[in-house]
Amino acid sequence: MNNIVTPASIIEEARLFAKEHIRPYTTRFEENNGIPRSLINKMGEHGFLGAVFPPLYGGLGLDPIAYGQMTEEIGKACCSTRSVLTVHTSLVGQTILRFGTEEQRSYWLPLIASGKKIGAFALSEAETGSDAGSVKTSYINHEDEYAITGRKKWISLGHIADFFIVIASCKEKVTAFIVERDETVTSTPMQGLLANRAGHVAEITFNNTRIPAANILGKEGIGLSHIINTAMDYGRYSIAWAGLAIAQEALESMATYARQRTQFGQKIYKFQSIQQMISQAVVNVHAARCLCLKAGQMRSENHPDAVVETIVAKYHTSKTAMQIATDAVQLHGGNGCYNMYVPERLFREAKILEIIEGSSQVLQGIISEFGLKKYYTKAHE
Amino acid sequence: MNIAGKIREFIQENLVVWEDDISFSDTDNIFQLGFVNSLFAMKLLNFVEIEFDIKIENNEIELVNFSSVANMERLVKSKLMQAHE
Ligand SMILES: Cc1cc2nc3c(=O)[nH]c(=O)nc-3n(C[C@H](O)[C@H](O)[C@H](O)COP(=O)(O)OP(=O)(O)OC[C@H]3O[C@@H](n4cnc5c(N)ncnc54)[C@H](O)[C@@H]3O)c2cc1C
Repeated sequence: MNNIVTPASIIEEARLFAKEHIRPYTTRFEENNGIPRSLINKMGEHGFLGAVFPPLYGGLGLDPIAYGQMTEEIGKACCSTRSVLTVHTSLVGQTILRFGTEEQRSYWLPLIASGKKIGAFALSEAETGSDAGSVKTSYINHEDEYAITGRKKWISLGHIADFFIVIASCKEKVTAFIVERDETVTSTPMQGLLANRAGHVAEITFNNTRIPAANILGKEGIGLSHIINTAMDYGRYSIAWAGLAIAQEALESMATYARQRTQFGQKIYKFQSIQQMISQAVVNVHAARCLCLKAGQMRSENHPDAVVETIVAKYHTSKTAMQIATDAVQLHGGNGCYNMYVPERLFREAKILEIIEGSSQVLQGIISEFGLKKYYTKAHE
Repeated sequence: MNIAGKIREFIQENLVVWEDDISFSDTDNIFQLGFVNSLFAMKLLNFVEIEFDIKIENNEIELVNFSSVANMERLVKSKLMQAHE
């Protein structure tokens, strides 16, 4: 790695890293049920895993836009590998950076940045998805320690995680804990997923898992109002760029294939309907990029509407990714349905982004509230 | 604008009520009135920290500190005083 890290150099480094260490193996990762731990360690060595943390905690101090662009480079090559940034760095690391005590930050963040410990975010359960406050995983307090019992589902990186941010409830209180894996924690990988197949998604059981009071993240009772909402905000920003990554990759595959494939004695880009698909993809990718950049800019400025702008970006890019990936499959014909060509994987991966970190339907509620407020013109009359 | 005014303006911008003539006093509990959505508590904390350049400690993230304009003003003033001591 160069001694001087600039945003541009780290983004370029991520691109080259993806080219060398990720792209050639993406299908193999899926078939072998997971990205290797050694890949995550290498990402740590390059500084990607702590890219947004301040140097004090082993990070590179990247601003939100550069972090997004770095995420895009990894995400273009492999969504499961990108999920390490979304989950381990953003949902877990950035939330510890925001709400952790100084002890928690100085202990965990360097371990996250280096990849020495892998973190996962354990919120969802079989019966609890969008309605995050209704978690059944429960905790009880014994003097200066807590004990957690419950079963989490859909936990990305869950099978290889060394520690978790676990969301649990006690009566009306929802609380986040930093929980290290021990013998009371068991995980079962989830097979049969549409996508994110290399992301070590697992069910995790906590069986009376003891945690010192010092491992509460934030404070007892603010798990939903502050911790989940903050973590999801970081996660959504990451997913906004992940959607852009899929859309961009799909567009590149379309442009390339259209110039190479010949039917009826001519390259298929000459057909008007193919041009239409490509032109729509170009416009949508450009628009998606503007939204990501705008959200990133507002996040750098700590703008109060950055949260909503991030939601707008995530909503748009995830939908755009699905649309363009669908068109990319179509444009590739039979080859689009074959895993020797990228659209097959992008098509599966795009759908996930419309569901995680706030489904499109849940986000529509928030976006419409924002619009009803912001674009109400009576006050101007 | 004074502290209470800035807080009031922020809350007003984030209300999710659609009648034109909604009003609330400085001592009304805005969470109890149901005027805000689930993202509001987080946004409010970010706003207060950034706008007044203070760091709210985890143990100060009590609903009571954030429930009304008056309570938030009290919290912000005490933090600003601490910072100047
Ligand atoms: C690959 C993958 C990785 C994941 N990784 C993680 C992880 O690391 N950690 C974790 O905690 N979870 C993870 N999840 C779980 C994910 O967060 C949930 O799937 C998501 O929150 C949606 O919840 P659900 O699946 O229970 O769907 P539900 O909430 O049951 O939703 C079902 C349908 O109802 C709609 N709906 C729900 N509520 C509303 C509403 N208020 N208004 C309108 N429509 C609504 C939804 O949009 C959806 O169409 C992962 C999921 C997948 C697929």
